Order: sequence, then C-alpha cells, then structure tokens
Amino acid sequence: MTSIIELRGISKLYKVGKKEVRALNNISFNLEGEPAKIITVAGESGSGKTTLASIMLGLIKPSTGNVVYQGEDIHHLSSTEYKEFRKNVQAVFQDPFAVFNPFYPVDHLLEVPIRKFNRQLKKAQRKKLMEEALEAVGLQPREILGRYPHQLSGGQRQRINVARAIVIKPKLLVADEPVSMVDASLRANILEALVSLRENYNVNIIYITHDLTTAYHVSDSIIVLYRGSVMEAGSIIPVIETPQHPYTRLLINSIPWPDLSRKWDNQIHENPDIQEIGEQGCRFYSRCPERMDSCLQAPRLLSLKKGHLACCHLFQREGAESPLTDHL
Amino acid sequence: MRWQTLEYAARSKMNGMLQIRDLSVSYYTDMGRAHALNHVNLELRSGEKLGLVGESGSGKSTMGLAMMRMIKPPGRIEGGAVTIGGTDLLSLSDKEMLKSRLSTISYIPQGAMNSLNPVLKIKRQMIDAHNAHRENRNTDTIMTLAREAITSVELGEHVLEMFPHELSGGMKQRVCIAIGILLQPQVIIADEPTSALDVVTQRQVIETLNKVQAKIGSALILIGHDMGLMAQSMDKVAVMYAGEIVEVNEVETVFNAPKHPYTQSLISSLPRLENRGKFQGIPGMAPSLYQLPDGCKFHPRCPKHFERCTSEIPLPQILEDGNYVACHLHGAS
Repeated sequence: MTSIIELRGISKLYKVGKKEVRALNNISFNLEGEPAKIITVAGESGSGKTTLASIMLGLIKPSTGNVVYQGEDIHHLSSTEYKEFRKNVQAVFQDPFAVFNPFYPVDHLLEVPIRKFNRQLKKAQRKKLMEEALEAVGLQPREILGRYPHQLSGGQRQRINVARAIVIKPKLLVADEPVSMVDASLRANILEALVSLRENYNVNIIYITHDLTTAYHVSDSIIVLYRGSVMEAGSIIPVIETPQHPYTRLLINSIPWPDLSRKWDNQIHENPDIQEIGEQGCRFYSRCPERMDSCLQAPRLLSLKKGHLACCHLFQREGAESPLTDHL
Repeated sequence: MRWQTLEYAARSKMNGMLQIRDLSVSYYTDMGRAHALNHVNLELRSGEKLGLVGESGSGKSTMGLAMMRMIKPPGRIEGGAVTIGGTDLLSLSDKEMLKSRLSTISYIPQGAMNSLNPVLKIKRQMIDAHNAHRENRNTDTIMTLAREAITSVELGEHVLEMFPHELSGGMKQRVCIAIGILLQPQVIIADEPTSALDVVTQRQVIETLNKVQAKIGSALILIGHDMGLMAQSMDKVAVMYAGEIVEVNEVETVFNAPKHPYTQSLISSLPRLENRGKFQGIPGMAPSLYQLPDGCKFHPRCPKHFERCTSEIPLPQILEDGNYVACHLHGAS
C-alpha cells in the first residue's frame, strides 16, 4: 500500500513552567494520497492545528508517536531521504508578507527551491518551471517575474507562495491558514488555486484553518480538533451540513454566513462556572451543553456511518475505535 | 465643499443624528500624497447600525479615526465636517474634543484587547477612562457606572477586580466594549472588534455589542471586511473603495439587489452554503492611493465600465433614506 505520510499515535506536550499542556492527544491517520484530497484541519486558536502541521512537516518532534514517511520515521531519515521528504512535503504559511526578502525580485523565492532540488537544470529550464507554477496558481508570469514584493498585492504574494511550494512538484502541501491574512475579495483566487492543484497536479493538501466557510468550499474531508483531540471527522458535506458533536454544532451555529436567510438563531449560553475536568474526561466537558456524568470518562472516536466519525458519549457503543483514515 | 455635497445635504431628507459631510484625509509620505479618504458623505440616525466594509487600504479605519480626530501626522484631515447632534467635531478645540471622546463618540480599535494596561485592575482603567473624558466625579458614582457597563457586556462585577491577564481574549474584548460605552456615547465605532477571535467568541462579542447598542440607543458603525457579520447584525452597509463610499444601502438591498458593480462583485465573491466549490474573485487589484485612476476609481476592474467612466467622476445619486450609489450606470445626468 502506498502512502505519503502516516501519523502514528501522535501526542505533543508543551511544558509551561511546571504545568504541562497537551497540545495534541493521540492522533493517527494515514494519508494515502491516491486520489489526491484536500483535508481540512479545523479548530479554534489553541486547538493544536498548527502544532499538527509543524509535526507533519517535521519542524517539531512529537512527544510520543511517529510521523512515518515511506516506512521510516522522519526524524531517522538519512540526509538524502530527508531531502526527498522535503521535496515531496511542502508548506505554505499564514503571512504572505513575512516570507519575502524585499531586496530581491520575487523570482528569487521561486528559483531557490528549484536550484536546491534540481541542480542540473539550465536557466531557461528553471524559468519554464517557474512560469508553469505561476500559471498553475492563476497568475500571469510576465506580470509577476522581475517584480519586487512591494509591487504586488497580498493575494498575489500568497499565490506566489503557493507557486513556490509547487515548483518542485510535491505530493503534499501543508497550508497553515493560507487565506486568513488576505482580503475577502482575494481569498477566492487563492482557494481556487488550491483546488486546481489537486485536480490538475494531483497534489494532496492539508488545509489548516479556523474558517469553516472556506473549508466547506475547498475540502473533501475535515478533522475538527478541540484542545488537541479529534471531536468529529469525516467527509466535508455530512460534517458541515449535519454536524453531530456538540462542539461542531456550536461552531457551525456561530458561522456568520453572508446570507440574510441564514441568520444566527437562538443565543448560545455558556456557563463559565463549570470546572475543567482533568486529562481523563472529554476535553469539551466544561463548555458542552449536553454534558453528563459519563463524560468524565474519555469518549472514543466511533463511526456514525461511512465517512462520518464523532468522539462523544452521545454516540458511544461497543467496539473498538474507528480509524480516522477509513473515513476521510 | 463640492457641489454634490450641497445637493446631498439638500436632498437627503434624513437629517440624521450623525452627519458626515465631504470628509477628506490625506497622508503625506516620501512617496507623495496618498488620498486615503475623498469627499465622503454619510448620515446615521440614533439606534441605527451601519457596517463599513471594504478591502484593506480602502480607507475604513482612516474614516473611523478621522471621526475621532485621531489622524496622526503624516496624515491630515483636509476638510469636511463630522456633526453629531448639531456640533461639528472638527471645529472643536483640542480640549473640547478630548471631552467629546468617549462621552459623545467612542472608538473601539482593532485589537483593542491588547490595549489594556497589564499592571492595572480593570476597575482602575475604567476610572481613568472616565476621568480623562469627563469632569472628575466621586469614585462611588464612577463605580456605579463601571458596574453597569461591565454587567451590560455580560461579565460579572468581579471582573472589575481582575487584571487583564486573568481574562480570555473574548472577555478582554468585552471589557474594551464596556469601557467604550462607559459614558453612553451617541456614536460607537468598532473597528474589526473580532478579527483575532474564533467564530464562537466572535458571535458572542458581536451579539454583546448589539445588545449594549440597543440598550443605550446609540448609533453603531462596525468596520470590517467580513460581509457575514454585516449580514448577521447590521441595518445598513456602506461599501468603501479606494477612499470613497461607493454605495450606502439597507442590508437587504446590498445582499439581494446591490447597485454598484463593485458591491455586485463583492457579493458574488462570497462563499455561501449553496454555491459550494464555486469561486468568483474580483479580478485585478485596488489602485494605489498615490496614483488614483481618472474618472471612477473602480473602472479599471469594472466589468461594466464604458467611455464616460474613464474620465468623469461619478457623483453620488441619492436614493431614499439617505442612501446613495456613486456610479454612472445609475442616475440620469
């Protein structure tokens, strides 16, 4: 079985003074990569989504568990294998301004990865690759090449970042909040570029966001995280249109849809006086409107039907945990 | 004063509590003069809620700051009037303006929650805010006001005794709203009050803002680029483009039958539940404020532009209720 990347029981603890914060709690899944998919990892700030991205990219080490690339832990790869991993797994970050060096034309940003990973290429060939990548994200190469970062808009810059990531033809793109700092009117162009990468270049994308509206529009599947644990996961349409977990329901009820016929309904009531419960129970306990005594024990992630999983005592039954991979 | 402003004043029968006439702001930098706000007109009644939307750099925040007279050099208010209940704020002395802030018009800035002083209790910060903008009164009176403000944003009175680091982001943002309404201003300007918050907290903060606004009956201007928030809670929407308001309309009209081509593209670019997987951005990019195009500022990106748009600036065409649209497609002349 081929697989691009596999997460095996990933947990991450951050030490804050003497306290330990569990940023990720036992996450496993296998990204097979055929056919290419866009998988959203959604959650509020502090839910562990950026930690998950950094672990997948090998930027930080998990506290327990392994990230496996072609049968080997990415932190034990030889240098040539690691370089291949880097070539196949690329990133796009949140801030479209911070990654550019203002002293170089934007060509520099695109050319460095080509030089690094395809040393034998001649100048003309490099240029051709750069032009292809820019066209793939919907930009006109002659309007972009040779210009400096300050001459381009945020939306153009972020699309150049996507082009930079795909210029070396990766198999997986990890995009951490790629549109959150871009104007609403330009978001559509970037999202369109991501979707066309999956369709035309067979690139898998992990789309990390707190914005369920855009997630709904671009992705095939979704994983909803809350304080490091998976709350609900599955294909995008059942999860967004018929959310089951109380947390996902709360999230989806709070989306400000730009639609007058879909206004916020009954108000959310949260009781801030409920005590947090320890590591053992459900992470959402203190905010959950449906909390009950059994929630003091951790619920298991179980499938509701094909392509829809939830981790909540409302849906518990006998049987082993359902693997995430089968339902994404 | 440009002639259409006179016409606007004459034809807009609204006679609102807040009247902005011909407001212009420029920033003078090494690159030249940036026209951040060009002859903007707006009216609002007490109790009305207006969303001010536009891309970054379209002048939304500049407009909020200009209304507060808080434009700092190299920026300068070039002219116009901001009248609240008959008083033109721009003609007040600095000292009078200081007293007007918070008591007549208040501004909740972007990232307001990071503006709280980390070493002072919330209580102390509210007392300071009061004393800076209103003649000193005894502490008991101020504390009564503070308790009232803090409970109206749905926080417990114990929050007054807390320090900012003890509060979550959403709670801090609500404290800032409480400070903003402490003196019951007639106009509240909230500049992207929820941009750093997640959706659930965002909804709670916006609902709180609406509730206190209804309670004190002031006019509310919500600055932002999230059309979703405007649809959820505003009465009117003003759309800004390159330093001008191109359309002001009731929220229903803006969403269902927008008049200006820019508003139309903006609305059709929105991700809704029904059009999954369809993307429609607005092609091109906003013009540089240093070099604005001739004629209509939007014409280089406008799908409907014609000859006249390239040379002649479209004047605001007054619709009913003080609404208007500035486009050659609308209006006779």
